[in-house]
Amino acid sequence: MKILYFAWLKGKIGTAEEEVQPPASVTTVAALLDWLEARGAGYAAALANREVVRVAVNQEYAGPDHRVAQGDEIALFPPVTGG
Amino acid sequence: MIRVQAEDFDIGAEFARLTADNRNIGGLASFVGLVRDMAPSRTGNAPIGAMTLEHYPGMTEKKLAEIEAEANRRWPLEASLIIHRYGRLEPGDRIVLVATASAHRQAALESCQFLIDWLKTKAPFWKLEETPSGGQWVDARDSDDAAAKRWAAES
Repeated sequence: MKILYFAWLKGKIGTAEEEVQPPASVTTVAALLDWLEARGAGYAAALANREVVRVAVNQEYAGPDHRVAQGDEIALFPPVTGG
Repeated sequence: MIRVQAEDFDIGAEFARLTADNRNIGGLASFVGLVRDMAPSRTGNAPIGAMTLEHYPGMTEKKLAEIEAEANRRWPLEASLIIHRYGRLEPGDRIVLVATASAHRQAALESCQFLIDWLKTKAPFWKLEETPSGGQWVDARDSDDAAAKRWAAES
């Protein structure tokens, strides 16, 4: 699946976009964040406070229980501040 | 109509285009967001040299179109327009234009406020401010969430 990072999450993780292959046991947004968090210090720092991490699955906002699957486009970003 | 662009926009030209050839329009309401030269910080107000607006291409257009469609469901609009810029902007620069047109003022004014309130909490944009101590990502404000929720409660 493709993961996109925006704003300070991109800075902490050090990339704007990556292709990942999580294990088959990763079937929800919450499980994906747990798996990503264990990938390194940057990920851990970016995902330490889940309260300020928003998730979109295929460009729709998604909660922790939302399903994720191969081929999905997942985006992680802080609360939005446009306008 | 939705536009996400780096370039500035001409408010007069946009209004003229929005209302052209539609004699049912009796009122046009608008909101223009501008870059300020100060921003709240932990130690009071801090001067800002400029800001950079980042967004999520694809999702941005999708969310703005959904928000506009919702406004059209709630109010009898003759025309509507959302233009949001991205990239580096300086104090005084225009960031966003929301305009709504209807037969009467109430629908135009209310829907305009609804659009900017919802846009601020749903459209995937992020502001990075250039301050004397470096780049600072703007935090979302609880007051913006409260403003958006007010409309949800009324639906």
